[in-house]
Amino acid sequence: MKSNTFGWILLAPTIVVLFFFGVLPFLYVVYVSFHQWNPFAANPNMIYNAAGNFRQIVFDSAFLASLGVTVAFVFFAVLTEVVVGYVLAQAFMSDFPGKAFFRTIHTLPLIIAPIIVGSIWKLMTTPSIGIIPHLLQSSVGFDLNIGQSAAAAFIITITMDIWHWTPLVTLTLIAALVSLPPDPFEQAQIDGAGKWQIFWHITLPMIAPAVMATVFIRLMDALRIVDEVLMLTGGGPGSATRYIGVHIFREVFPRTNYGYGSAISVVVLYLTIVVCWLLYTGMLAPRKPRKG
Amino acid sequence: MKKKAPWPYVLFWILISFLTLFPIYWLFVISVTPSFELFSTPSVILRHVDWQNYTEVIGNPTLRGYMMNSLLISSGNAILTTTFGFFACYALSRFNLSGKESIFFWTITNRMAPPAVFLLPLFLLLTKVYRIEGFTLLDTRIGMILVYCTFNLPFAIWTLRPTVDGIPKELDEAAFVDGASPWKVITEVVFPLCRPGLAVTLILTWVFAWNEYLLAATLTNFNARTLTTGLSEYVTTTGTAWGIMAAISIFTLIPALIVFSVVQRHIVAGLTFGAVKG
Repeated sequence: MKSNTFGWILLAPTIVVLFFFGVLPFLYVVYVSFHQWNPFAANPNMIYNAAGNFRQIVFDSAFLASLGVTVAFVFFAVLTEVVVGYVLAQAFMSDFPGKAFFRTIHTLPLIIAPIIVGSIWKLMTTPSIGIIPHLLQSSVGFDLNIGQSAAAAFIITITMDIWHWTPLVTLTLIAALVSLPPDPFEQAQIDGAGKWQIFWHITLPMIAPAVMATVFIRLMDALRIVDEVLMLTGGGPGSATRYIGVHIFREVFPRTNYGYGSAISVVVLYLTIVVCWLLYTGMLAPRKPRKG
Repeated sequence: MKKKAPWPYVLFWILISFLTLFPIYWLFVISVTPSFELFSTPSVILRHVDWQNYTEVIGNPTLRGYMMNSLLISSGNAILTTTFGFFACYALSRFNLSGKESIFFWTITNRMAPPAVFLLPLFLLLTKVYRIEGFTLLDTRIGMILVYCTFNLPFAIWTLRPTVDGIPKELDEAAFVDGASPWKVITEVVFPLCRPGLAVTLILTWVFAWNEYLLAATLTNFNARTLTTGLSEYVTTTGTAWGIMAAISIFTLIPALIVFSVVQRHIVAGLTFGAVKG
């Protein structure tokens, strides 16, 4: 029989690579976060600082503002994506010519690099080049300027995210809708239930686990958005679209204040883990069949 | 259920497809518009096609270098992660290793963390800790190939596991009885049977590495710069070369589109970590 040693040898490259590029960075960032370390300061060495960096974070208004806009962005983007995605998934449920073709086109944005999505929307919305400001100006006389209006920049980043990720929601919900058994629906129609009644009392409870899983996946991805926003607005105007990843990239990383930067990274990681854990236990774990 | 007329659906989906495709079409329009025409009234209809931006991108040795880096890094990373992932899956599937399910779950946690959090620690480790004499992994292709393993290797393991588990163990055992070495069993019995799954994994990890921007932007300066980071260099505060930017975007887009047409059905399963089959 085969010895387990060979199994460990096969597993070794994976463990070694993930240890050096996944686990060690994590341990290292936690270690540095408890120190004062700025190579260009008067004392360029690491000085133990206990929880000093973390105390500073609580009063860091830029960081807290960034958390705020991130939460607002994630909420509006994911909510819209799920509603639109559900409508589109329902629109796929009946038979019509060219269904596979439309589905293929609808999947297209998923494979585009986030940074390219950012550049596409920058070209769409930059005043005097983009088509959207031009159309708004000539049709309703509205002046859309994502370089100046915080609200416009915020809404455009959400629009971009909806364009990029709604297809994922649509396709996962199609998979859920297809797998539903037809009997309850036929029974409800025989009993004379209306469209909304069927939706609220039959469809929604039955696809709830799939919707929750989709929301979970989308939330995790939306929380880490960086590339697209960096390209589209650079976090501006001001700090209107400086979502947490953008904040780290633009404000924390370029400064050589390594100790404080590490502390922010640790806090963001911790918050992400907490949010994911709450979502996971609150939404995915109670996957028991409902009593009807 | 009652039959509904299909035409409203077709019209609806034509509209949705238009909304999906128009931004990409607009990217193309900008890329073939000469710079002196850019700031005149934006027009949806192409007046004439000018390939100057494309020839400029191809003629630029720096950008050609970035393109080569992108190609080498994503290919190297895809091959490395698929190979390591395949070995790991074989080990997890066929050996009775203690704590193997914990190891399997641990691999995915590496992918869940937001990459922005790892910018600083990876930068510090690459510059200050992982060094042999004067050689560091910062701004090297091999460094980027290894760094990309943090998100691609978990993906490879999670997508390959069902494939490897699906190969009947009896085949291995029959080969062992015939006196084959464990290595021969992997390369000559299991590997050929896993080829379709390996191909999908190879292609998707390749795209993920090709599309990556954030880590490449912080961990490379020039020697290992990729096309996505090169693109951001054309967006500056003093003025953006819009046409060039659009042309680079198209160049970055093309490989992904080719890949898309090949593995379209697997993309959703890939992006949701197999939670949903596409």
